[in-house]
Amino acid sequence: MRFVMMRCCTTPIVLQQYEWSTNAVLEKLGVGLVDVKELGCCGYPLRNISFKAHVLASARNLALCEKENLDLLTVCNCCYGTLKYVDRLMHDDGSTRKEVNTTLEKEGLRYEGDIKAKHILEVLYNDVGIETIKNKIVRTFNRLKIATHYGCRILRPSSIVQFDKPNSPTKFDELVEVTGAESIDWLSKPECCGSPLWGINDELSLDLTENKLKNAKQAGADYLCVSCSYCQIQFDQVQRILLSQRGPQHRLPSILYPQLLGLCLGIDSETLGLNRNQVSINDIEFYLLQKAASQN
Amino acid sequence: MFYTVSLYTALAIFVLGLIYKVSNWFRYSISVEVKDIPASARVFAAVKGVIRVLFSNKLFTLLKVFVLDVCLQVKVLREDFLKWAMHMCIYYGFLLLLLMHGLDELITPAIFPNYYPTLNPFPTLRDLFGLLIIIGIAIAIYRRFILKVARLRTSPMDIYAIAILAIIMISGFLLKGTKITSYSKFEEMVEEYTIQADEEELRSLEAYWVEKFGVVSPKVEGPFDAEILELGSEAHEMSCVECHSRPQWALVSYAVAAITKPMASVFDRANVSSILWHIHFLACFLGLAYLPFSKMFHVFTTPLSLLANAVMEKGKSDPANIATRQLLELDACMHCGTCSVQCRVGVVFEEIRNVNILPSEKIPSIKALVAGKELSAQEIRIIQEGLFLCTNCYRCTVVCPAGINLQELWFNVREALLERGQPEFLVLSPLSVYRGLVGESPSQPHYPDPIKLAIEAVYPAGIPLKKLDRTLSVVPSDNGLSGILKKSIQANTFSHCFSCITCSNACPVVRNYRRPSELVGLLPHQIMHASGIGLWDLVFSSRMLWDCLGCYQCQEHCPQGVRVADIFYELKNIAITRAREKISE
Repeated sequence: MRFVMMRCCTTPIVLQQYEWSTNAVLEKLGVGLVDVKELGCCGYPLRNISFKAHVLASARNLALCEKENLDLLTVCNCCYGTLKYVDRLMHDDGSTRKEVNTTLEKEGLRYEGDIKAKHILEVLYNDVGIETIKNKIVRTFNRLKIATHYGCRILRPSSIVQFDKPNSPTKFDELVEVTGAESIDWLSKPECCGSPLWGINDELSLDLTENKLKNAKQAGADYLCVSCSYCQIQFDQVQRILLSQRGPQHRLPSILYPQLLGLCLGIDSETLGLNRNQVSINDIEFYLLQKAASQN
Repeated sequence: MFYTVSLYTALAIFVLGLIYKVSNWFRYSISVEVKDIPASARVFAAVKGVIRVLFSNKLFTLLKVFVLDVCLQVKVLREDFLKWAMHMCIYYGFLLLLLMHGLDELITPAIFPNYYPTLNPFPTLRDLFGLLIIIGIAIAIYRRFILKVARLRTSPMDIYAIAILAIIMISGFLLKGTKITSYSKFEEMVEEYTIQADEEELRSLEAYWVEKFGVVSPKVEGPFDAEILELGSEAHEMSCVECHSRPQWALVSYAVAAITKPMASVFDRANVSSILWHIHFLACFLGLAYLPFSKMFHVFTTPLSLLANAVMEKGKSDPANIATRQLLELDACMHCGTCSVQCRVGVVFEEIRNVNILPSEKIPSIKALVAGKELSAQEIRIIQEGLFLCTNCYRCTVVCPAGINLQELWFNVREALLERGQPEFLVLSPLSVYRGLVGESPSQPHYPDPIKLAIEAVYPAGIPLKKLDRTLSVVPSDNGLSGILKKSIQANTFSHCFSCITCSNACPVVRNYRRPSELVGLLPHQIMHASGIGLWDLVFSSRMLWDCLGCYQCQEHCPQGVRVADIFYELKNIAITRAREKISE
């Protein structure tokens, strides 16, 4: 099982732990990753300004994967949603396909529409499978309550992404529960994290984030669990700003799913980059230790 | 005389140019916060910084970087083998040629006591180094003009650099080639070096050189008798061999001689070798004089940039030194184009034709900005757009073979430019996330201004909605916009809306406010409806457009299959396009 690894623009510098933990976890699970140096921006941040530029940027990545004859794996919901959207568009709309391919041909690329863009959760749930993951788990969490945050673009628009039921999704919860943690029900679960407005309308962005943190805390969550670069930046780095502006009572650390799973697969916390999170998640290892102690 | 005058003129221009360029590093600045530090203080800070590094364990870092990145150019190798091969050929070929040929009166004899330019191995080495450069130039031309790497742009400066180098090398080899065949050169040397030779010996020596070494003589012509050659050989042994190796050792030059042989006597009479010699040294001097102003300046600045970046760190190093380093970095860019080829949003240039999107093309614009060149509002907007169309992924900085911290440069220039008050619409996109993270919002008084400015530019201060008693025209103010929406692939479902309000109820932004209309203007369902009946003023003046998360809750819940979020994106595109047109008018 091999995929072209689409690294989100945000991960190389501000979210390295997402790359490290993903590499480590997928290696354990026997998923091969191929790096294609030429891959670029998925197009998501450009859509507000120019639809065409966003389609072109996205399609170029799909074309690069088609050249490699491998499906694409992304760790970011926004990349995922954008790539799926553009993939569908290239499929359905002949004139767009023609126009984009004419431009891409300048650098020897073409997209015919044979590539699947897959989210890491999709690969873990559908391709690797819950059972396989279960078999590889060496330790589990005990009494850990996780507020699972899906993020928008892995659920919506459901006609395009088709990963899970948009209003009552369960797949990510199942993946979280594989680790022994409890994935709790909480009020604003399928809502947006607020990231798209960070830097544009900071107050509104913080309102939405605060609301989510509040709801998760009210439902008794110990941690948020996230599988999108932008959501994680919002729940970690922006949360740090939120805590300094709106008070520490909102504190709810957020862990990336590969970090959570990685701990149960026996990967050490350094490889998973646990201490790179700005709202510390180091204490999560205590939940593991308890389990280990009770077994002995 | 002419040689000396032109040499010293070139040298003087070179030195003055060098002083001018280096002084710029201390006089100008990019970040706003160091504007008030005088140049003298920056020189002092730089000296202090250098001394501090030299007497610390950072010295080892410097050595490592010098060996790996400056001498072996590992950074270039990692990106592109062909480029590395090209650069190594030119770099080492030129360096060795300079040391062992250009400066052969100063340096070579000091290293090789029995140095003689005509004695092997020196002619062979010289030709070999020259050949290296020729190979390098050939690869450079191949890469830039034949291979057509996407988004690798060639500027006039790149062409000048290749051209000057090519002229130096080609004139050099032609010069050497014509000298080998030249009869007058042969006569000159016979005059100077043969001792006590009679007529017959001289004639046989000439015959020997014509036969064996490619001299073209107007007097004698082969085939020669074995006897004469025998005699010539003896004379050769006696007078020449001690300090003149076989010309064949100069491989390339001898090949040139062989090719030009049919024309040799004409060349010799026209004194072509003298002309070539003039071309050769004048091209060298031109290159020298032009060096501080050309991309070749990078032979000094790139190593400096690599070394400085290896030991400097934002937050730890003196801000004055960081400002100085950034100016040095502008000169360290040799326009190799690696950043533009690798740029994650480089492909967007195919759609939005603004060269400033490409990192390598931002540098000349920033140079103009920093030097205080008068730029029109339009020019500023173009540079600003290019600088903002960046996902801040740091790839340019990582791949830059000159080690320039490009990302930091972009960020500083961007913020400085925004203060000039030209609206930048890209701040209304998620590209701003980075600005929000790095900008440390509460501490910067000007932080929210660019957003306000951009929204104002899209639609002047919420006119229609604020005046509640204003009568709206029943005739739609449609400027063909419905047509655009109907034709748009992402927005053509807008007319299916029957105003059921589901979208607005599902919207987390609307739900966030107690009285949303006062803050966001039209709500999503109202925007759909207003688009349907062509009330564009109302649509474009709604903050809702820019407060849309793109979370797709509206679209997911719409019972009519209206692609609400997609329509929002299209409306944003239209609003910005219209605003751009309005400003440019």
